[in-house]
Amino acid sequence: MRPAESLRETYGKKLVEIGHRKKDVVVLDADLSSSTKTSEFGKIFPDRFFNMGISEQSMVTAAAGLALAGKQAFVSTFAVFLMRTYEQIRQSVCYNNIDVKFVVTHAGITVGEDGATHQIVEDVGIMSGLPNMKVIVPADSIETASVIDYLVDKTKTPYYVRLTREKFPVVNDDSYKFKEGQNTVLRDGSDLTIFCNGSMVGFSLQAAEELKKQAIDTAVVNVSSIKPLDRSGIISYAKKTGHVVTAEEHSIYNGLGSRVSEVLSEEYPVPVVRVGMRDTFGKSGKSWELFDYFHMGIKDIVSAGIKSFREVNKYETIS
Amino acid sequence: MEKSMPDKDFKGMDRETLEKIAKKARSLIIKMVYSAKSGHPGGSLSIIDVLTYLYFNEMNVDPSDQNLSSRDRFIMSKGHASPALYSILALRGYFPSELLMDFRKINSKLEGHVHRGVPGVETSTGSLGQGLGIGVGMALAAKMDHNPYRVYVVLGDGEIEEGNVWESLMAGSKYGLNNLVAILDKNGVQLDGFTRDIMPMGNVAEKVKAFGWEVREFNGHDFDDIKSAFDFARSVKDRPVFLIANTVKGKGVSYMENNYKYHGSPPANDEEYERALREIEGI
Ligand SMILES: Cc1ncc(C[n+]2csc(CCOP(=O)(O)OP(=O)(O)O)c2C)c(N)n1
Repeated sequence: MRPAESLRETYGKKLVEIGHRKKDVVVLDADLSSSTKTSEFGKIFPDRFFNMGISEQSMVTAAAGLALAGKQAFVSTFAVFLMRTYEQIRQSVCYNNIDVKFVVTHAGITVGEDGATHQIVEDVGIMSGLPNMKVIVPADSIETASVIDYLVDKTKTPYYVRLTREKFPVVNDDSYKFKEGQNTVLRDGSDLTIFCNGSMVGFSLQAAEELKKQAIDTAVVNVSSIKPLDRSGIISYAKKTGHVVTAEEHSIYNGLGSRVSEVLSEEYPVPVVRVGMRDTFGKSGKSWELFDYFHMGIKDIVSAGIKSFREVNKYETIS
Repeated sequence: MEKSMPDKDFKGMDRETLEKIAKKARSLIIKMVYSAKSGHPGGSLSIIDVLTYLYFNEMNVDPSDQNLSSRDRFIMSKGHASPALYSILALRGYFPSELLMDFRKINSKLEGHVHRGVPGVETSTGSLGQGLGIGVGMALAAKMDHNPYRVYVVLGDGEIEEGNVWESLMAGSKYGLNNLVAILDKNGVQLDGFTRDIMPMGNVAEKVKAFGWEVREFNGHDFDDIKSAFDFARSVKDRPVFLIANTVKGKGVSYMENNYKYHGSPPANDEEYERALREIEGI
């Protein structure tokens, strides 16, 4: 796996490219443009860039107005600070069902040293609950770029795209194209499936290598499209492997683990072991330390895999 | 490592002593962010003189009796200025200064943004715009309980772009909270650049006055001026007070002064680090 630029750097560059080819695209930020990288767009298209100050509610409602007047509005800040506008997003954006794209950065525990106040692990759940909102968690810069192209070229409704601060390894091929509501199988396997997204995809691929050494043939499936969800893609891999782990840089409540469990309990119940944040706030530390601290590291995915694999076997022998 | 200040009544402390404490706190701020390799020096250095005055000459607080119900309450609404608050709390005797060097590290309570788990901290902050509302609530509780404590809230001048702040100003005025003092750290710089470019606020003093608060401006780096501002605040009997501290972001370290790049970045290397400490020593 080769190292990559951070997803927000990709986002910044991509916005500039889109600015050249789409005159209706506008970008709004709330005094974090140097961190979210929307400042790149602002430098080249100052007339279409609005730094709204530290006023997230004003930013979101203005974006709604711009969209209602025919623009496509990209709205960026840190994921955690967008959450204070939940109700504006609900009423002014989702209920109107208009062309506002929330592309947020610094989600999850990988903001590291900034600590608990900034480490939002609830956002996917919050945003997924909104009617008309679609939610995407890209795994690498290739996927991020493809998602932005897709949003600009093919969609006119609200989206929430969750990006992180750190650089993570590239996991997709250069030819990769994002398809809404479709999983990507990054590694096939017959004994166990790890459904994962975001920063946990790279970790899951490494965990699959470890599991192979333990004779557990593990598939790794990137579920970047959380909503809409690729239900059949989840069911088919549950059927194929019979053992499931989910891994996300998010709370196991209301995120990927919950969504996968919902689908499987409705359609094809198998024991699911979820890796992610428990019911707790984060804390300051280096991001790699935090993955271990919160039991979300590679070794934790490996033990979840072993647990899932053994438990189902036990279950089968009992019945 | 600096010794914690002995616990005693600091009222009436002279200017030179306060300046000495502020100097110590400034170097602690630099040491903390350099040791953490992250954190927010700019807005910590701009507010540290005001904090020094508050904790050593103004507020009724006692580190040896931290839960006393009549203690004055302090809220660092701009929670990224944790290095300023943590260092002043350590110097005031709430916890040993040695712990400051664990700032932002995994084994430490000293979270990146102001954290209530730290001795002396009244509320966690870090998402801007919420502290004044918390202050309103505490001031209302003091009135209900006939408790004489006062509530002090530090706000950033970028932070007041949050609508929540103005909603809280309305409430403070409605309830005539003469036990509530807001202090604006008017350093003119926020995260992306100068406040006048990001969101020009016009005449803040007039705006806040129009919201029904008493307003007074002062030099946030001059202890005589700081003293007269807080003495004035005590003299106001019928409404909350909004003190505007004119300050310099990064004050005391030349390359950080008025430079938004050091809003959220520590000295870049050993050379910058040494230089910062030298310059602070020379103030
Ligand atoms: C609600 C919210 N939005 C955005 C941020 C990110 N942020 C942290 S500090 C800062 C700039 C603050 O500027 P100011 O209030 O002037 O603080 P100071 O210059 O005194 O450090 C921003 C935008 C935040 N912490 N909270």
